[in-house]
Amino acid sequence: MDPKSVLQHSLRVARKDLTELLRNRLGLIMLVLMPIFMMSMVGFIYPSETSISTVSIALANEDEGCDGYPSASVAFITTLEQVNTQTDMMVITNASNLSEIRKLIQSGDVEGGIAISSNFTSSLMTGKQGTIIVVTDQSNPQMSITLQIALKEVFEQMGTMLAQQTVQQFPSVNASNSLALVKPYSVKIEGAVPGHSSYFDFVAPGIMAMTVMMSVMTGLPAAISHEKEVGTLDGMMVAPINRLAIIVGKTLAQTARGLLQGTLILILAVVLFGVTIQGNIFLVFALLLLGVFSFVGFGVVITSFAKDQETAMMIMMTLMFPMMFLSGVFFPIQQMPWFMQSISKALPLTYLADALRKVMVLGAGMPVITAELVVLIGFGIVMTTIAVPVFRRAMTR
Amino acid sequence: MENKAMIDVKDLTKKFSDFTAVDHVSFDVKTGEVFGLLGPNGAGKTTIIRMLSTLTRPTEGTATISNQDIVKNDDKVRKLIGLVSEKIIMYDRLTAKENLRFFGSLYNIPKEVLSKRIDELLALVQLSKWKDSQVGTFSTGMRQRMNVIRALLNMPEVLFLDEPTLGLDPQSSFEVREFIKKINRENKTTIIITTHMMIEADMLCDRIGIIDHGKIATLDTPTNLKKLVSGANTTIMDLEIANITSNMITSIQSLKCVNSVSQDNSTHIKVHANGDDAFDTIIDSIRAKNGKITSIENLQPTLEDVFLHITGHEVRDKADQKMPLGEHRHMMPRRRVR
Repeated sequence: MDPKSVLQHSLRVARKDLTELLRNRLGLIMLVLMPIFMMSMVGFIYPSETSISTVSIALANEDEGCDGYPSASVAFITTLEQVNTQTDMMVITNASNLSEIRKLIQSGDVEGGIAISSNFTSSLMTGKQGTIIVVTDQSNPQMSITLQIALKEVFEQMGTMLAQQTVQQFPSVNASNSLALVKPYSVKIEGAVPGHSSYFDFVAPGIMAMTVMMSVMTGLPAAISHEKEVGTLDGMMVAPINRLAIIVGKTLAQTARGLLQGTLILILAVVLFGVTIQGNIFLVFALLLLGVFSFVGFGVVITSFAKDQETAMMIMMTLMFPMMFLSGVFFPIQQMPWFMQSISKALPLTYLADALRKVMVLGAGMPVITAELVVLIGFGIVMTTIAVPVFRRAMTR
Repeated sequence: MENKAMIDVKDLTKKFSDFTAVDHVSFDVKTGEVFGLLGPNGAGKTTIIRMLSTLTRPTEGTATISNQDIVKNDDKVRKLIGLVSEKIIMYDRLTAKENLRFFGSLYNIPKEVLSKRIDELLALVQLSKWKDSQVGTFSTGMRQRMNVIRALLNMPEVLFLDEPTLGLDPQSSFEVREFIKKINRENKTTIIITTHMMIEADMLCDRIGIIDHGKIATLDTPTNLKKLVSGANTTIMDLEIANITSNMITSIQSLKCVNSVSQDNSTHIKVHANGDDAFDTIIDSIRAKNGKITSIENLQPTLEDVFLHITGHEVRDKADQKMPLGEHRHMMPRRRVR
């Protein structure tokens, strides 16, 4: 069987599949809607630090003051309110004491609380540390962590201000050098490339990688097993064409579909969510195509094992979900426990998402992503080598 | 008709795990012959067709088509054959012409030749008018005609037809059968057809192999097969009795010469009997019960009777019950609407 006729037949199969796809109106609409939904979901739901606003917080001032001196807690609250008007982070309601704050959190009226201890002023006056208790809602860990970080920041600012005021009373200390005395280090955070980072920068390359993977890993088995079920596959199998042409043709059609979706995601990410592409756009597409190559064998193996479309879909779903989460599409793999990290290192999607991220976010070129390229190509070759004979056998079962 | 064997089948066997669907089947089909495989659902007809058309690999045994081995030279075999499957091999979202052009293009037929052939085939089955309509909008009869002409695109020397009239109304069935006859007559195409319908096998086939439980029970011409039954001095009569009672049927059944009685509807019975005086004896017994005979027909044995005679059971799907459930599912046509 000469390669030229395999290619010719593949193209005919691909054209036939795409014609069918284009005539399926509802399917086409879904094809476009899916990436839009996906991007909006992850984009708007996942919190970034700036997105925390108007969190309701209960404030209880139990400070009894210290004879004669103005209560230090009043100054604290004034500063807190100043900071809050700038950031608009909290909506503060008053509570009488710590236990009331706990009740308010339990009933869901507030999402956190701040309690100033009764000996706050007296501690400060006698040279001890004043204690402020931050109460968090354990049923909502994500929120509680964000709140902790934000409040810590506020308190630290306030602490610095207080310390600055204190040291200014010494001789040789003035307003200009007091900050350097209290806080000798200044930390500035800067990205590897200009521009601020957002969750979209992280997630957009991952979702593109995932969509391409889905198109060949669910699209291909679904398309082949559907044809097997309705019987049209026999029409191709009974013709004197190489079985490879059927796989290649179907893969081409699914790739076109996957790339269309990937491009849509890219456009959405740039237009709606302000993602900037630092690297070469052609390298991005080349990577997506390489991704198709490395997943396609896997999809074909699944097709060969599944008797019908339903089974194929079930196998795919079972495998896809762990892959999606373990490959660092939505969460960085560094967050995972070690055993999950080692699984994730065995998945090709991890490398595709990683390589895409490096190119899109960090502007990396070919030499930087060589390791990822080698893994993807290697995985593709191994899986295709397994897939072709398995498919041939399965089809003449 | 030439006497050269176009298809030669030797000990063809297919096992699905521990179930033997086709059990050492051997036969040959001559060039230009119409060969019928007759049997109930699940008897193994479809599996034989699928093996011969290279879609399923035999577990044991061999077969050649025009001297090409179906396993070793499958690609050469594929060039020679056309398959009309039980399922409609057509894409609903493509038009009639697009479908035919796609399948035709898989045979490397030059473009102009293919276009011309497609037009001819569409005209042959009176579908030219709908050539640009999507096949999904066609009626069952139209779809089946498309299904048949699809298999003729490469002008095959051997045509396999798997239950080509399944689910068609009598008019459409008639048209499809006439078309099959015409192809065989005009193109000298060798045809293997499977059916569970006796009339169809009788009408179309030069020779018939009766398949039961994966084996060929008998193989002969329709005329000889029928002689098998009538040769045993059998009388088959169809009686219409206006005031038929179960008592009457029992008394007929108890007669020595009677083999079987089957009731077709409220007034019709069909009696199989042996012996020279069977006719008289049966009528006497009905008269004795005051039965009013409104019509009598002395029937020629049909293939239905042959099947009953040979296998000991009727063509209905009794074989199904003997099959393991899993394989049964495999054998049954599965249709799914999107």
